[in-house]
Amino acid sequence: MPALRRTPLFAFNQQHGARFVDFGGWEMPVQYKSILDEHRAVRQRAGLFDVSHMGEVEVTGPEAMRFLDHLVTNDVSTLFPGRVLYSTMCQPDGGVVDDLIIYCRGAQDFLVCVNASNTDKDVAWINAQAVGFACTVRDRSDDFALLALQGPASVAILQPLTSAALGSLKYYHCLPGTVAGAEVLIARTGYTGENGYELFCRPADAEALAVALLAAGHAHGLELAGLGARDSLRLEAGYPLYGHEISDQISPLQAGLGWVVKLDKASNFIGRDALRAQKAAGLPSKIVFFKTGDRRIVRAGTPVVDASGPVGEVKSGTLSPLLNESIGSALVRTGAGELSVDVRGTALKLTPTKPPFVTLPAKS
Amino acid sequence: MSVPSDRKYAKSHEWAQRQPDGTVLVGITHYAQNSLGDITYVQLPKVGAVLQAGESFGVVESVKAASDLYAPIAGTVLAINEALNQTPETVNKDPHLGGWMLKLQPANAAEFDGLLSADAYAKQIS
Repeated sequence: MPALRRTPLFAFNQQHGARFVDFGGWEMPVQYKSILDEHRAVRQRAGLFDVSHMGEVEVTGPEAMRFLDHLVTNDVSTLFPGRVLYSTMCQPDGGVVDDLIIYCRGAQDFLVCVNASNTDKDVAWINAQAVGFACTVRDRSDDFALLALQGPASVAILQPLTSAALGSLKYYHCLPGTVAGAEVLIARTGYTGENGYELFCRPADAEALAVALLAAGHAHGLELAGLGARDSLRLEAGYPLYGHEISDQISPLQAGLGWVVKLDKASNFIGRDALRAQKAAGLPSKIVFFKTGDRRIVRAGTPVVDASGPVGEVKSGTLSPLLNESIGSALVRTGAGELSVDVRGTALKLTPTKPPFVTLPAKS
Repeated sequence: MSVPSDRKYAKSHEWAQRQPDGTVLVGITHYAQNSLGDITYVQLPKVGAVLQAGESFGVVESVKAASDLYAPIAGTVLAINEALNQTPETVNKDPHLGGWMLKLQPANAAEFDGLLSADAYAKQIS
């Protein structure tokens, strides 16, 4: 087995009591003290995540925008410098290669943030699709560390460390700035459902930046938060995770991500015909989010049944620390009846629920 | 890791503490709760259940995974810690006292003496 990769914050994380797991080939902090406490800290105050494992792909050049509009399902032609866009990128058959966030840094300069475990696959895919477009694709993953500061206290923690006007930085926008002396791309994005920021910085600056944020956050109750809390926060918010709610077998339409699939945009994007056909024919199965009313966690892979027999499979499951009951998602055949699962011999009824599972703050 | 010497241990990370009346309290160790992480659910047997030594008597579930619990000795379940239904996190916070799980009437009083001493268990987890 190849050695696990480490982020520039590995030593920092270790000093702060992180417990590490292998996540997509990276040795990542899953928790520092308690997943449940870290989750609640993000919802109530703020949490700081090391997500430097995420991949960054730079797409630049005169046809960078036109290429990205061809590559992904959402409408890239609406972007302007400082604007950020969430999208999926599909195969010709409509299956998802990855979901990603596009940061428009200039009219011909885009930074695409992709899932860590997909970075190599994505870079190869993007390069292959870029043939014939006047643009340059570069894997910049090793040139960036990424810190996510998330939660209601985020702005109060970050503002004293930067002269950037955070008050006028809208949701899904970004601006370059200096934070605690480090050059950073400051983005109003995140994966928790809370207000907050993602800070792209140089690997060499990551530790000093994390130390400064932690110190500034102390009075606000900021906690370091690991991938465990990141997963329960994203599921409570109803956000998809690649390999679970979306995959090469599950289209964005099936995942409930129709809002990032612009079938009628000008670009004939990859997967458009298949997605149009899927929409016209009706979805064979789709992702259903559910509550259980029980504390037993329904794990990914658990079969889902209705009165007629098997109708699907659980894709994600966790305990919602706010609801104090187990929640999750399942890929379920269209037209299935009342859903249930067996957890160690106990039948649990799944109550379909439109996410988010908890009330999230307005983000504007 | 705390390994109190007022009780005995099973290799599978349960502790057993003999009470003055001869009954035995059972729980999981500090080491076990720490390995599991945040405990979200504890499934225990019914009062009156008869357990063999080494038999699975329930499940302790954390955010990460569900793990079986094993009876360190044979016996009849006299009581279970009902409070863990509502506050399973007590097993994390107080594994050796408030996080007790079962009270057993041992089938064979001598079996308790065959469990690991605190020193032997501490060596196992070191």
